[in-house]
Amino acid sequence: MIRGRQLPGGLTAGTDLCLPLALKVFYRNLLVFKKTWKANIMFNFVEPVLYLWAMGFGLGVYVSRINGLPYIDFLAPALIASSSMFSTTYEMTYDSFTRMAYKKTFHGMVATPVSLDDVVAGELLYGTFKGVLYGTVFLAVVAMFGLVKSPWALLVPLPLALMAMAFSILSMIWTSIAPNYDSFGYFFTLIITPMFLFSGVFFPVENLPPGVRLIPWFTPLYHAVEVIRSLVLGQVTRSLLADLAWLAIFILLTVRIPMVTVRKRLVQ
Amino acid sequence: MTCKTGDTVVLARGLIKRFGDFEAVRGINFEVRGGECFGLLGPNGAGKTSVVRMIYGFSPVTSGRLEVFGEDIGVKARSVKARIGVVSQEDNLDPELSVMENLLVYAGYFRINRDLAGERSREILEFMDLADKAGHVVESLSGGQKRRLTIGRALINRPDLMLLDEPTTGLDPYARHLVWQRLRKLKESGTTMILTTHYLEEASQLCDRLVIMNRGEVLEEGSPEELISRHVGREALELGSGAGLDQYLLEGMGELVKASRVLGEDLVIFTERGRELDRRISERAAELGIEIRRRGIRPANLEDVFLKLTGETLKGGREFTGGGSCD
Repeated sequence: MIRGRQLPGGLTAGTDLCLPLALKVFYRNLLVFKKTWKANIMFNFVEPVLYLWAMGFGLGVYVSRINGLPYIDFLAPALIASSSMFSTTYEMTYDSFTRMAYKKTFHGMVATPVSLDDVVAGELLYGTFKGVLYGTVFLAVVAMFGLVKSPWALLVPLPLALMAMAFSILSMIWTSIAPNYDSFGYFFTLIITPMFLFSGVFFPVENLPPGVRLIPWFTPLYHAVEVIRSLVLGQVTRSLLADLAWLAIFILLTVRIPMVTVRKRLVQ
Repeated sequence: MTCKTGDTVVLARGLIKRFGDFEAVRGINFEVRGGECFGLLGPNGAGKTSVVRMIYGFSPVTSGRLEVFGEDIGVKARSVKARIGVVSQEDNLDPELSVMENLLVYAGYFRINRDLAGERSREILEFMDLADKAGHVVESLSGGQKRRLTIGRALINRPDLMLLDEPTTGLDPYARHLVWQRLRKLKESGTTMILTTHYLEEASQLCDRLVIMNRGEVLEEGSPEELISRHVGREALELGSGAGLDQYLLEGMGELVKASRVLGEDLVIFTERGRELDRRISERAAELGIEIRRRGIRPANLEDVFLKLTGETLKGGREFTGGGSCD
């Protein structure tokens, strides 16, 4: 009974957030990342190349044109978004869970002036940073393949940041209620992989059956793919602002949830 | 900002902590004063960690009053936590970072500027005997070194109050003594400390005053010497035989027996005059035809106080595992 009352109470109450301290939490993760980034980035560099070859040059031979574009031109910008999504979600599930449940990093931090909301905010910022970084690396690979058609592509980090923040929030919520590592399998199988397959990365959502055609609109990945593809191809229209607004509103509506759920899990 | 000796640093009145239906802390009272090392002694599950977690605001108080530096931690969490150093039971260092980086990162959480943080970190490593490990990754440290680093990390903000939750649990005797040495030095320098432990030796070595806790309640309060002399006298006589020893042995011993407890097949008798009691018990045993296979006199300790108060040992069982040798 008491628990039932805490959740809505926590959501409406103001958060206990101090941005400079949230940045210290972010910095702590960044410092750890600096120890391993060479191996990680290399891995992240190789994967997109493999994807581009397999999907673009391999499969692309059998796909004539999509929306008047060679398949690889259609696919490559969307893979920037999905690659960013995966790096954020892995970080904010397996790695955050390790920090929270095994290394007790969160516990150590909240014994200082840092609040639990600061910790969650720092984690979300770090998840966002990773998504932007890995997405930008993919963008560089796409550019090396000569697939960037417009200087608008320089703006890609903006939609990447919004999308990565959205996925940081979603992942953190799951992490805060996950009983163990195995449960992340459900997160990826039920949420992340379907998004990857049906949010307009591999084919236009208009090709979906009429009954489900609207579903991608409710996913952050769909909107990020729309914006990034347009920027990379130089087909910039006003409708992109609606996609960016969708992502921004999604963040505003959900950002407090992981703060509440993490508190509910750790504070007893 | 520092506390004067004798000022009230932590005050608990009718403090209660409930987890669902389970009451972990059941209305306890205590007061910790500036400059002292205050112990919470009790077996696992006594509620010690719950008390510590409430003091640094990690765990909300269910009911009762808890003031830290005269403030309600629930209201002034950040400013109170800025003055506390916490050494938790489990190591929560950053294993991928170096020893020095661990201190610098932690200093950041207190918004201590980089120069000052560096200076203090070097001092701390020197003090904790870890100076030659500054550049080592934490993963490569031994258990005792990690503990010393955890304690050192809690000193980064020059705390007015240190909370040490089972600081030496899991360490080998040598590493434990190294930690105790450092804690004693901290105490000498005037740092107020609250220490939870289930090691009687730790409590008697370090604590000026302590409360004995069991099942969420405070059973007794005082200095280690006071508690021992009040409850069990100077010595403990342990007797063992194949069968259970009975209380008939104690008949007619009068004032000589301060208290006694049966533990499994052993009988433990607390007294001010061990030798005399031993002699008279032997005579009595011979009269009754009881064979005593094992006997030993040793100085009484806090474990005996706990045993007398609860009929249990600090390790949480009824098997007695304290000192005492056969002769």
